[in-house]
Amino acid sequence: MTVFVIRRLLQAAVVVLLMSILVFFGVNVVGDPVDMLVSPDADQAEIARVIKNFGLDRPIPEQYWYFLKGALSGDLGNSFIFGQPALKLIVHHMPATMELAFTALMMAILIGIPLGLYAGLYPDRMSSKAIMATSIFGFSLPTFWVGLMLIMIFAVALGWLPSTGRGDTASFLGIESSLFTRDGLSHLILPAFNLALLKISLVVRLTRAGAREAIGQDYIKFARAKGLSQSRIVFIHLMKNIMIPVVTVLGLEFGSLIAFSVVTESIFAWPGMGKLLIEAILQLDRPIVVAYLMIIVLLFVVINLVVDIIYSLLDPRVRLRDQGA
Amino acid sequence: MTIISEEMPAPKTKIETPLRRFLAEFLESWLARVALFSLLSIIALALCAPWITPQNPYDLAQVSVMDSRLPPGSNAFDGYTMWLGSDGAGRDLYSAILYGLRISLSVGVTSGVIALIIGTAIGLLAAYAGGRVETVIMRLVDLQLSFPAALTALILIAILGKGVDKIIIALVLVQWAYYARTVRGSALVERRKEYIEAASCLGLSHKRIVFRHIMPNCLAPLIVVGTVQTAHAIALEATLSFLGVGLPQTEPSLGVLIANGYEYMLSGRYWISVFPGIALLLTIVSINLVGDQLRDVLNPRLKR
Repeated sequence: MTVFVIRRLLQAAVVVLLMSILVFFGVNVVGDPVDMLVSPDADQAEIARVIKNFGLDRPIPEQYWYFLKGALSGDLGNSFIFGQPALKLIVHHMPATMELAFTALMMAILIGIPLGLYAGLYPDRMSSKAIMATSIFGFSLPTFWVGLMLIMIFAVALGWLPSTGRGDTASFLGIESSLFTRDGLSHLILPAFNLALLKISLVVRLTRAGAREAIGQDYIKFARAKGLSQSRIVFIHLMKNIMIPVVTVLGLEFGSLIAFSVVTESIFAWPGMGKLLIEAILQLDRPIVVAYLMIIVLLFVVINLVVDIIYSLLDPRVRLRDQGA
Repeated sequence: MTIISEEMPAPKTKIETPLRRFLAEFLESWLARVALFSLLSIIALALCAPWITPQNPYDLAQVSVMDSRLPPGSNAFDGYTMWLGSDGAGRDLYSAILYGLRISLSVGVTSGVIALIIGTAIGLLAAYAGGRVETVIMRLVDLQLSFPAALTALILIAILGKGVDKIIIALVLVQWAYYARTVRGSALVERRKEYIEAASCLGLSHKRIVFRHIMPNCLAPLIVVGTVQTAHAIALEATLSFLGVGLPQTEPSLGVLIANGYEYMLSGRYWISVFPGIALLLTIVSINLVGDQLRDVLNPRLKR
């Protein structure tokens, strides 16, 4: 087991290193590194000074080495617009994004599983077919378009919910979040639902497929033969077996929720990492872009690592196969 | 003898060619018929845009600021009716949407075709070469597919900058991996079959075996992935353009039109965003439904 974890950790480190090379070359070789280091209105002397100071006249591998050293000590440069360390800005905007992604994940579970279960248990009912047809739309509609429609219907036409911003936040157990105030919650509903829609469709399909498969299995027939109640069969016997793939997929999808929040945050003016990234791209604030990328890469690698390790704990075949290879 | 011939079905007047059978199976579902019809109409409308629209929305001589933000159905300064209203610059929305469709479709299809060619070549190489080449290529594919396409595209745009060519490059770089994975999967299956063994025993060149024998047999899944990926590419381009990092204002695709209308939406002028949005939606949903049916028809495992 320890060997397995160490191997996975090493692999993760290699991926992060590779991505840092890609990011470095992307920004400094394909793009113009001077853009990244001086503000756009700097004069010629300033540019020359920066090129010398940052060693841009040095060979590329040497430059990469300095970038890596800076990155390891948490220094990814200063933002041009805000004049603060890029990493600090990203970390400052992280809670808002996490709160959005977490709420969306909860919505996907709380809405997706019951609907999928229903559609799987009663596949011939009209309502089940309607659920499945809607889930196709959930897959193919572009997120930004759904967001626009949500704003138009619930904020502009009906006026039920606010369309932009995060609302009031409150502190609970040391966590500052809009989950704990009424105003914050009302601001959270639309963007979270927008972000969750794709995942709801995914969960509905997974749960339905799982339920359809499990319902014909012998253990369900046996439970029926024992005379157990329908609710006990569904919620104890069936659920346990459906949940395994659903939980795995949702774990992996959490990363993509954070990535997709770029779109949702821009539409709903949600002050998270994603909105910061878009603004940075529009204003050529490259240090922020680089910092965001490195954080996201790290996040993805950590999520994958955790899922891998949990998997190997649940299923010994995974780690045995890995050792054999 | 007579009994048997009585049971034989009457000879059909049409000879059943593979193409006819394919079409008949494809058109079996009413949903697929509707989707195909709507997709063909969209393509026709986009192609004929200059001849069926009252104005060229990008010819400044034909656009009047007097007409800006008119609700659907109002009459333009030049006399014709703006059935879908006009946008902030006074362009007739119906014309703008058809011209926008041209841009959206051509960007989506161009990037799809380039990605298909590159992805197919790389996938075939991986499957045919095997060994270390295959391992390296597939690791790259896995790495790319583990990051969401929208994020990868966004980052590429941040590095490359704006512009039509940059968007196409970004879309190609995002999509090639899907094609490579698909082609490699089916090429691996084909490679083990006897006819490939026979072909190499005959001493045919690698080039001939790969392109004349293996590739044609991988086409079915490629067509399916190609359809669905084109829809993705169109949606992704619209998303990027909506966020302001996609196509420039001089190339107003549907995404750009929607973004332009967004600022008016909160003040109740819904049509500037909503109508281009509906056009985008119809396009994406039609392509997806056609792709779904193609998958069902082309998949030999589902053959009835």
